[in-house]
Amino acid sequence: MYPPRFEYSAPRSLEEALDLLAEVGDEGRVLAGGQSLLPMMKLRLAAPAHLVDINRLPGLGSITDTNGEISIGALVRHADVATDPTVAAHAPLLAAAAPWIADPLVRNRGTLCGSVAHCDPEGDWNSLMLAVGATVVATSREGTRTIPIADFVVDFFTNALRPGEMVTEVRVPKAGPRTGGAYLKLERKIGDYATVGVATHLRLDESGRIAQAGIALTSVAPKNLKVTEAEELLVGNEPSDELFAEAAEVAARTCQPTSDVRGPAEYKRAVVRTYTERGLRRALAEARGEA
Amino acid sequence: MTTTVHPKTSPEVGGIGHAVRRKEDDRFIQGAGRYLDDIVLPGMLHMAIVRSPIAHGRIRSIDTSAAEQTEGVVAVITGQMLAEHNLAWMPTLSGDTQAVLATDKVRYQGQEVAAVVATDPYIARDAASLVFVDYEELPAITSPQQALEPGAPVIRDDKEGKTDNVAYIWEAGDKEATDAAFAKADVVVTLDTHYPRSHPSPLETCGALADVNPATGEATIYLTSQAPHAHRTLFALVAGLPEENIRIVSPDIGGGFGNKVPIYPGYVVATVASLLLGKPVKWVETRTENLISTGFARDYHMHGELALTSDGRILAMRASILSDQGAFYADAQPSRFRAGLFHICTGSYDFGAAHVTAKGAYTNKAPGGVAYRCSFRVTEASYLIERLVDNAAWKLGMDPAEFRMKNFIRPEQFPYRSPTGFVYDSGDYHTALREAMKLVDYEGWRRKQAEGHPEGKLYGVGIASFTEVVGAGNSKEYDIAGIKMFDSAELRIHPTGKAILKLGVRTQGQGHETTFAQIVAEELGIPYTDVKVQEGDTDNTPYGLGTYASRSTPVGGAATAVVARRIREKAKKIAAHLLEASEDDLEWEPGRFFVRGTDKGVTIQEVAFAAYTNPPEGLEAGLEDVCYYDPPNMTYPFGSYIVVVEVDPGDGTWKVVDMAAVDDCGVRINPMIVEGQIMGGLTEGFAKANMQWITFDEQGNCIGSNFLDYLVPTAWETPRFKLGATVTPSPHHPLGAKGVGESATVGSPAAYVNAVLDALRRAGHPVENIDMPVLPHRVWGAIQGVAVKP
Repeated sequence: MYPPRFEYSAPRSLEEALDLLAEVGDEGRVLAGGQSLLPMMKLRLAAPAHLVDINRLPGLGSITDTNGEISIGALVRHADVATDPTVAAHAPLLAAAAPWIADPLVRNRGTLCGSVAHCDPEGDWNSLMLAVGATVVATSREGTRTIPIADFVVDFFTNALRPGEMVTEVRVPKAGPRTGGAYLKLERKIGDYATVGVATHLRLDESGRIAQAGIALTSVAPKNLKVTEAEELLVGNEPSDELFAEAAEVAARTCQPTSDVRGPAEYKRAVVRTYTERGLRRALAEARGEA
Repeated sequence: MTTTVHPKTSPEVGGIGHAVRRKEDDRFIQGAGRYLDDIVLPGMLHMAIVRSPIAHGRIRSIDTSAAEQTEGVVAVITGQMLAEHNLAWMPTLSGDTQAVLATDKVRYQGQEVAAVVATDPYIARDAASLVFVDYEELPAITSPQQALEPGAPVIRDDKEGKTDNVAYIWEAGDKEATDAAFAKADVVVTLDTHYPRSHPSPLETCGALADVNPATGEATIYLTSQAPHAHRTLFALVAGLPEENIRIVSPDIGGGFGNKVPIYPGYVVATVASLLLGKPVKWVETRTENLISTGFARDYHMHGELALTSDGRILAMRASILSDQGAFYADAQPSRFRAGLFHICTGSYDFGAAHVTAKGAYTNKAPGGVAYRCSFRVTEASYLIERLVDNAAWKLGMDPAEFRMKNFIRPEQFPYRSPTGFVYDSGDYHTALREAMKLVDYEGWRRKQAEGHPEGKLYGVGIASFTEVVGAGNSKEYDIAGIKMFDSAELRIHPTGKAILKLGVRTQGQGHETTFAQIVAEELGIPYTDVKVQEGDTDNTPYGLGTYASRSTPVGGAATAVVARRIREKAKKIAAHLLEASEDDLEWEPGRFFVRGTDKGVTIQEVAFAAYTNPPEGLEAGLEDVCYYDPPNMTYPFGSYIVVVEVDPGDGTWKVVDMAAVDDCGVRINPMIVEGQIMGGLTEGFAKANMQWITFDEQGNCIGSNFLDYLVPTAWETPRFKLGATVTPSPHHPLGAKGVGESATVGSPAAYVNAVLDALRRAGHPVENIDMPVLPHRVWGAIQGVAVKP
């Protein structure tokens, strides 16, 4: 496994990194955990001319609790998300999903922000981000802007970053009372990409009706797919098995799976239906404090 | 049959039956093993291979100029250059030919077309992408059925007069007797199933480091080889090099599983490059190269039929095979049978007649047909009969355990001659199955199954009661290029009582350095820690055929026991001299001769010292000997595996909730190593049943070319196993031992598949077959009653 030749820089400050990124433009790539980028380079599927290694930048490795949001820095590894007490307390869906990202080796190196920026439709994090309504913080020499996740995920391996920008953090709303969620992932083995992944998230109002709903799907469309129609169907209603079955039907109808070695499209559609139903039931039980 | 064997030696001596820790692991667990890619020689060059991106095409031209002009590139080698030395083609182990570097056509994706030699591996890889090959693309044939259609393009047009894609046709058994038995049958059960293409995928990929001395012509070739001596002779025969000038060194091997039995084009090209350039040339495959071009395994399309009486007796069996051989027929097997030992497919059952037909087809896929942790197609055979037997029990409404018990060969029938001509040495199949049923609580699981799963999942119980045939082989029936399948051991006892044992076999992780030292410990009483085991260097070990097909203990182990006994005979003469007694008055206990009825004695260490310092008059000095052992028969290990699964009908996933494996491999030399082998094999069997295969798209692109698509289970997926043992010694092996390396890979796949099918059938889904791997979408399709692809 011998990648093609490339330049490598390891800046010591964010400012220096942003200067470099502006300089190298399209030829450059940010290296954080490298768990997707380096294998692609070794397989000669990617050949960036210049890697900007951000691992030495200060201040990007922390998870902080700020004004109703949890902020996850660009150097926070998947394994940190799985074990961090702040995440466990205020974003339990992320804590529960983190152990399903790849395998332990990848989780120790790979970063949540890197995965979000990668926009691989088979990546898990963006479904979770779409379900909970996260915000991406992008920084360049021109300054910092926040991008809602639904706008950030543009298409197949395509995000909304502008040239010279990098993701510096992802912000996730804190889960209040009466919320619950689930990430159900069908994979052939640990470390495999999802055959199908379904993220569900519910918040109930005081009367027990659904106040907020998030459903997003992995690996069944050219990008992680937010099922807005199903979410709208749920909001304002009393949760019930019939309602969940209807929402699951919408998710199954909306997704656009393709047939491949992981299974035919009709099968993946059936799993989307099953997992959406199961996920919503599990989210409800958690929101009601039964799980 | 017994279930325990008590060691005769002390734990310090560590003879047979002691589960001592593996001596070799000290270096392996510290990362101090020395594998091929660790070896660095002065002035060493690096080679990368240019491979075909398409499955079938005629080569119009090859432009090497850009690669040659790259700084650091020393040479670019093409098939045309090899042809000038008559080396563009080489023989396979099945009597076919294989292109070393393609000259006329490419016949599979990943085929070797050219090689770049450079001063570092990065440059070699960069320059390989600058070799431009102009192909005229031809239609790809991706299945044997397609290959045999009339008018299909002829893949092997290099073979003069070849007008079809048939690689071989073969049959075994008695057709007439079988037809007669089928005519009398009350019920006939059939099964059509594909044993998919898989790959041994050892942790270490294949490679070579060739070092030809330009002055002396001596060629030292470091090779990832399971059979260094056989490879030396084949190098001599193919390349025309004088055999005394060839030294093959097989360093530490990171797993072989049959993948390192064949000679690959890369080995030959690296050697030619070193010969031409006068410098050492290293070639090491990437993972993708290993998966797409080196020896695959299985890929058998099988049809089986059992003739049955209505009360559950098997009368006869028919089997027909269509094998997908890829572009070159290169089954790595030493028998004179075209489909290896497939005709052992009557398995553990006693019935009168069987008939087997087999046809092999060329396709535009990589060649191979290696025995991946298998004794030459016994894996496919065992899978077919164990699946058929379960289908038979299902169709007759019988319990599959009861059906097996009724049809097993009975203990008093051994040695048992099978309808296709194998002579099983020993066995007790009823006891092994009973032990497995106890270990897993078979009745208990059947009760739980009848009660139903608390969460609506489906319980299933599957059995496989396999019989293996290992230890090739007797010299009458087995050879490689005419070289008989014996194996050898040379034992030298040093003056201080320590020993070195040199073997013709080659460990790849099986624990030879411990197991064979324990055999010496058993026979001579020298502590196993005092016995160094050496293998792999052809200049320093006696000739042997190598390690594969569970043959090391049956053949190399027998040679070790025999040579140690010969040394003990000589030691006895020296002991008599030292004790001033007659040989007839001496008794042996492990490690010591003593005069009968006295406490006067000498230890083996004292005898060893005397062999060099004070030998008796008329006896040659020294204490060493060599044995070439020709086994009288194969050994036939067996066992019963029972798997319990739960199937989720919502998504078609299944997981193993209980599993018991009772193995009988005769006398176990190191029970811990044996159990390690079994657990590894059960895991590999699970992989094949659950997730693992190599498939191709319609253009012949290989799907399964890296570990993203070719799945290897982790500790997370791997079931927990309960292991049990029975001990039925082999009557013809000097230690009563049988081979065990492959039992679990051979036996277990059918048990997993039978368990999933049992779950579906008992839930009311009449499913005849699901091909391996039993992927969730296939299970889901079976439950829905819809056909799913792939």
